[in-house]
Amino acid sequence: MNAHSADIFEAREQGSPMPSHDAGPPGPIAAPTSNHVPQRLSLSPAAAWGWLLGPGLLLLYWSVLSYGGYMDERFLPAPWTAMETGLDLIRDGRLPENLAVSAGRAVQGLVLGVIVGVTLALISGLSQIGGYIIDGLVQLKRGIPVLALIPFMILWFGVGEMMKILVIAITVFIPIYIHTHNALRAIDIKHVELAETLGLNRQQFIRHVVFPGALPGLLLGLRFGVTSSWLALVVVEQLNATSGIGYMVTLARNYAQADVMLVGLVVYALLGLTSDALVRYLQRRLFAWRRTLGS
Amino acid sequence: MSVVVRVRDLVRRFTLKGVLNGIDLDIKAGEFVALIGRSGSGKSTLLRALAGLDHEADGSGELIVPKRLSVVFQDARLLPWKRLIDNVVLGLDGTDVLQRGREALAEVELSGRERSWPYELSGGEQQRVALARSLVRGPDLLLADEPFGALDALTRLRMHGLLRRLAATHNPAVLLVTHDVEEAIELADRVVVLDDGRIAGDITVDLPQGGPERRERAAELQQRLLAFLGVDGRQAILT
Repeated sequence: MNAHSADIFEAREQGSPMPSHDAGPPGPIAAPTSNHVPQRLSLSPAAAWGWLLGPGLLLLYWSVLSYGGYMDERFLPAPWTAMETGLDLIRDGRLPENLAVSAGRAVQGLVLGVIVGVTLALISGLSQIGGYIIDGLVQLKRGIPVLALIPFMILWFGVGEMMKILVIAITVFIPIYIHTHNALRAIDIKHVELAETLGLNRQQFIRHVVFPGALPGLLLGLRFGVTSSWLALVVVEQLNATSGIGYMVTLARNYAQADVMLVGLVVYALLGLTSDALVRYLQRRLFAWRRTLGS
Repeated sequence: MSVVVRVRDLVRRFTLKGVLNGIDLDIKAGEFVALIGRSGSGKSTLLRALAGLDHEADGSGELIVPKRLSVVFQDARLLPWKRLIDNVVLGLDGTDVLQRGREALAEVELSGRERSWPYELSGGEQQRVALARSLVRGPDLLLADEPFGALDALTRLRMHGLLRRLAATHNPAVLLVTHDVEEAIELADRVVVLDDGRIAGDITVDLPQGGPERRERAAELQQRLLAFLGVDGRQAILT
């Protein structure tokens, strides 16, 4: 190659090394004034507890109705009644006991559903033949509401724990599969080409490109999956169960104990919120590399 | 010098970006070749054929390329979920890999940024990481597909200097696809012009060292190349 000792661009090249961004004298910065400020389309940073505003307003409305005597206690007990009942249930051990049983079922079903969903998504996302076999079946299953499956599940697996966990797993695996598969197939062809030119083998390709690329999809599926695991839990626990939050609520309904039923609802809400918050925490930890509208 | 790339009667049809109608091309070890041509002339098709990226392409011909081959794309193609150092050494193994990665980043003037995420970098900086990622593999052939096309003029000039220095240090054969005639003359030992899937011109760049004579010869060369591209050189310079 030619040794260009004095080339046509030399004068302009004296500028390197690269300029720093913080050139300029330090000092107070005046607020900018401008006759033209474009409309801001990105959101302002969210306050940490901002999402509590809506539920807070609802609680306030409910309290006012109950305190003013506009709400019949038999239809909807006051917030403080529910609180007292909840504390009683904790003290006599019924709530913790049933909660442990319910959480155990949900977690087992969730873990099973995630394993099955991710495995099937990988097989059907990364091979053409796997896609032909699995994807159609999953789409078919998706068309069948889980409630419609329950008679068959009972026929095959009885009314025991096995059936309950399987129903939860089947409900969970669908969103996990759909979102993971979708993310796998959406991996940028440019990154695939890059992997080819860098000579990555199949395992390296899956580990460095496919898996991290599909992880946002998997986590999104997990958020849906966690929510639907609680949903499936409610359904299976009202079916011939002898323990669990759903059982507690069903029993309360038979005795018209609206306050216990309400405690059950609050527990479900807290469980759903906590698990969703956990998944979102995981998302934040895992996706430090992303800058998006919401971050 | 030994030949590292040998292309004989290469034909590619039914590709998205253009066709090749019988290409013969030799590139010697350490030679810096620029490939110019209009849009759709087949520049990218040829580069993708050399890189082995045209799996679905329909065609024939002989194609010999070195095993150690690196590609720099127009976009930096950094994996957004990997820190810079991990992007640079992606797919390499060995005990000294991280040290080599750090040295490569230092060569592109990005020392101390090893732990940064790609989104924290400017376009030019990202492209420098892509260069480091290519060179850390010690390629015998570096394929570059309009690597500076998306950069601003000033950054592009700096990148020219950097690429020239790196090519001199590592001495791979380089095939640089560009639509910029000035860039081709500035960087390459040899400029190959592609038109309608054929090689329309093959010109050695032997400019004298500096001075007004160099500028004159460069302008002359530029006009010859522009003429190959079907542009009236004088007009193009005036406008």
